[in-house]
Amino acid sequence: MRNVLPILTIILMILAVWYAAAIMLNAPWAHDKAKRAGVELSQLDLVADTWSQQKPKLPVPHQVAAEIWDTTGAMVLKGRGFSKRSLIYHSWVTFSATILGFALGTALGIALAVGIVFNRTMDLSVMPWVIASQTVPIIAIAPMIIVVLNAVGISGLLPKAMISMYLSFFPVVVGMVKGLRSPDAMQLDQMRTWNASPAQTFWRLRLPSSMPYLFASLKVGIAASLVGAIVGELPTGAVAGLGARLLAGSYYGQTVQIWSALLTAAALAALMVGVIALVQRVTLKRMGLV
Amino acid sequence: MGWLVAAIIVWFLGRQINARLARRPASRATGLAGPVIFGVTVIVIWECLVHGLEISPILLPPPSQIAVTFAGSLPTLWRDFVQTVIKGALTGYIIGCGAAFLLAVAIDRFPFLQRGLLPVASFMAALPIIGLAPILVMWFGFDWQSKAAVVVVMVFFPMLVNTVEGLNDTGPMQRDLMRTYAAGYWKTLLKLRLPAAMPFIFNGLKIATTLALIGAIVAEFFGSPTKGMGFRISISVGQLAMDLVWAEIVVAAIAGSAFYGGIALLEKALTFWHPSQRSRA
Amino acid sequence: MSEPVISANNLSLTFETNDGPVHALKDVNLDVHKGDFVSFIGPSGCGKTTFLRVMADLEQQTAGTITVNGVTPEEARRQRAYGYVFQAAGLYPWRTIGGNIRLPLEIMGYSRAEQEQRTADVLDLVELAGFEKKYPWQLSGGMQQRASIARALAFDADILLMDEPFGALDEIVRDHLNEQLLQLWDRTGKTICFVTHSIPEAVYLSTRIVVMSPRPGRIADIIESPLPRHRPLDIRDSPEFIEISHRVRDGLRAGHGDD
Repeated sequence: MRNVLPILTIILMILAVWYAAAIMLNAPWAHDKAKRAGVELSQLDLVADTWSQQKPKLPVPHQVAAEIWDTTGAMVLKGRGFSKRSLIYHSWVTFSATILGFALGTALGIALAVGIVFNRTMDLSVMPWVIASQTVPIIAIAPMIIVVLNAVGISGLLPKAMISMYLSFFPVVVGMVKGLRSPDAMQLDQMRTWNASPAQTFWRLRLPSSMPYLFASLKVGIAASLVGAIVGELPTGAVAGLGARLLAGSYYGQTVQIWSALLTAAALAALMVGVIALVQRVTLKRMGLV
Repeated sequence: MGWLVAAIIVWFLGRQINARLARRPASRATGLAGPVIFGVTVIVIWECLVHGLEISPILLPPPSQIAVTFAGSLPTLWRDFVQTVIKGALTGYIIGCGAAFLLAVAIDRFPFLQRGLLPVASFMAALPIIGLAPILVMWFGFDWQSKAAVVVVMVFFPMLVNTVEGLNDTGPMQRDLMRTYAAGYWKTLLKLRLPAAMPFIFNGLKIATTLALIGAIVAEFFGSPTKGMGFRISISVGQLAMDLVWAEIVVAAIAGSAFYGGIALLEKALTFWHPSQRSRA
Repeated sequence: MSEPVISANNLSLTFETNDGPVHALKDVNLDVHKGDFVSFIGPSGCGKTTFLRVMADLEQQTAGTITVNGVTPEEARRQRAYGYVFQAAGLYPWRTIGGNIRLPLEIMGYSRAEQEQRTADVLDLVELAGFEKKYPWQLSGGMQQRASIARALAFDADILLMDEPFGALDEIVRDHLNEQLLQLWDRTGKTICFVTHSIPEAVYLSTRIVVMSPRPGRIADIIESPLPRHRPLDIRDSPEFIEISHRVRDGLRAGHGDD
C-alpha cells in the first residue's frame, strides 16, 4: 500500500510528459494548417489544436481513451459489442490465440522440463539447445510459420497459437528445470533414506518445490505468448485481432487507432499477468512458500 | 524408402552415443560433445526426412539446400546483417541500455520515486511493447533509425528494472560498514553498490540482447528500405523462397548467439566473484 | 556378545577432486551394538558426517566393508532399517506437522489408519501432541527439529542416524532437547549414531564416544562412557563427566598434532 503514492506520482509524470510531447510533435501540423487558413494561432489555440487533431503524430491519452470507449463500451451499449469494428471482438481473437498457445506451450515446457530433469541424456543434449534457442530471435520465423501452415491448409487460430506456443514454451522449460531441481541435497537425501521411488520424489517433493518457479515463468510466458499472437497477426494480411488493427492503423495513418489497439493490448497483458499473479499469491500462501 | 531407413539409423546412433556419453562423468568434453551430436543428428534426420517423405521444399527445404543458398547469397545476407543488426539493433541496444542505466542511477537518490518507478517499469517490461513499432516507423521513417528507436523502447524497461533491483541488492551490514568508513553517497555507489549490482545489470543486458534483435527484425515488417533481415524474410515468404528465409534465420541465430555469448563472456570476466559464476567453474 | 548392528571393517572413502584425491575416511573399524548411543566427534573434515552417510547408503565406500543389520547399507535402506535426522529440520512448508510426519509413512505404503495411529504416537513421544494441525513455520526452531525427529521415528526403524541435529539451535534449547533425546532412547531402546562437534553434548548423550581426526579421516580414539544410563542434566558437573570430557579433548588435540 505504501507504494501507491509513488506509483501515482510516476504515472502523473508520464502523463505530463505525454501531453507535453504531443504539443511538440503535433505543433508543426497545427502551424501548417493555420498558415494555410491564414490565421494566427494563440498559445492556447495551439495547445487545443495539438490535443485534438484527426491524425496526430502523437494522440493524447484522452483521445485514445475516447476511441477505446467508442469501440468497446459504446458499441456494447448499442448492442453491437461483438461486431467487426469492436475492439472487444479483436481482443477476443488475439486473446483466444494467446491462451491456446500459452496452454500448449506450458504443457510442452513442463513435459520437456520433466524429461530433462529425469533423463541425463536429454539434459546433456537438449538443454544447451533450449538455452541457445533463447538467444535466437525466434519471432523472425513467425511469418514463415503462418505461410507454411497456411500452405498445408491450417489457418485461423492455430498458426498464431503455434507462434505463441513457441514463445511461451522457453521460459517455462527453463523455469521448471530450475524449479524441479530446487530441492536441496538434504531434501533429496531424505527421500533416499526412505527409499522413495522417483515418482514419489517427483510428486511429493520436486513438483511442490517447483511452484514458485512455475508461476514466475508463467507470468513471463503469458506476456511472451501475447506478443507472439500479435506478431502472428502482422504478416498475413489478417483482418482480425489487435495485431491486424495495428497494421491497418499504420497503413492508413490512423494513429489514434494504433494507440487504442496498443493500450488495449497492454490492458490485456496486465489482466492476464494479474490473474496469474493472483493465483500465484493464493497458491503459494496456502503452501506456506511466501 | 532408403532415406527413411537412414533417418531411423541416424536417430538410433545419435541416441546411443549420447546415452553412453551421459553415463560418463560430466566433463568439458561431454558437455560439448552431447549437444553437438544432438544438433548434428537433428540436421541429418531433417535432411533424410525431407527427401524420404518428399516434402515440398516450399514447406521445409533440406539443410543442404539452405547451406547452398546461404553460401550463394552472402553479399545479400551481409547487407541485411549490417542494416538490421549493426545499425538497427546495436545502436538501439547501446542507447536503450545506456539510458536505462543512467535513469536508474539518477533516480537512485530519490527512494520515493524509485518505489513508484520499479512497479511501473516492471509492468511496462511485461507489455507487448513491440506494438509501438508501427508508430515509431511513422515518426522516424523507414530506415534504420526507426528500428533503433523500437529497440531502445524494448530494451529500456527490462534494463531499468534490473539495474534498480541490483542497486538495492546490498545487505544492511555492508552498507553499515561503508557508513563506519564515513563513505559518502558517491563513494558508496562506486565502491559497493555498483559492483554488487553487476550480476543484475548483466542479467538485464543479456535479456536485452534477444529483445534487441527481435525488435529490429519485427520493426521491419512495418516498413523498411529494400534491405534488412526482417524485410528479406517477409519478401521471401511472399515469393515462397523458403531457402532464403532459412538462410536469414541462420544469420539471426548466429548473430543472436554471438551477441549473447559476447555479453556472457564479459559478465564472466567482470563478475567472476559471484556464486552463480563460481559454481560453473 | 550379540551380532553388531553396524559393523565397519577397514572402511575407506576417497573423493576424486580437481585438487587430487581427498581421503574422507581411511581404514575405519567400528562395531555398534544394539541399544548403543554412539557419538562421533571431531573437527570439520574428519569424516564423521561422511561415515554416517555411508551407513545410510548416501555415499558408497571405495574400500573395505560395512554392514547394517547384517546386510549392506543399500539393502538396509530398502528395508527401511533406519531413520535419518539432518542438520536442518527440512520440513515441507506446504504440509502440516502431522502431514510432514505422515510423509514417509505414505511413501512406505502404510494404511490410512496406521498412519494416523503412528503419527499420534510419535507426536506424543516428542511432546508435540496438539501441534499436528500447525504448519512448520508457525513453530520455533527447537519444535521443528523435534518434529523432524518424530518423522524419523514414525516408521519405527531400530536405528536412528542423527547428523548434528541440534547444531543450529541455541544452548538452552539444545540442553532441553538433549535431555528429551536421552529419555526417548531409554524408552525405545533404539540404536543411535549421533554426529556432533560439541564435547559436552557427546559426553552427556553417549555410551560410547568415537573421536575422529582429519586428513585422512580416521578414528583417533574410542571412549567407553562409565556414566549411568539415567543421566540428569547436572551430571555434567560430576568429576566423571569432566574426566571423560578431558579424554575427548586430549583425543581431539592428538588428532590435530600435525597442524
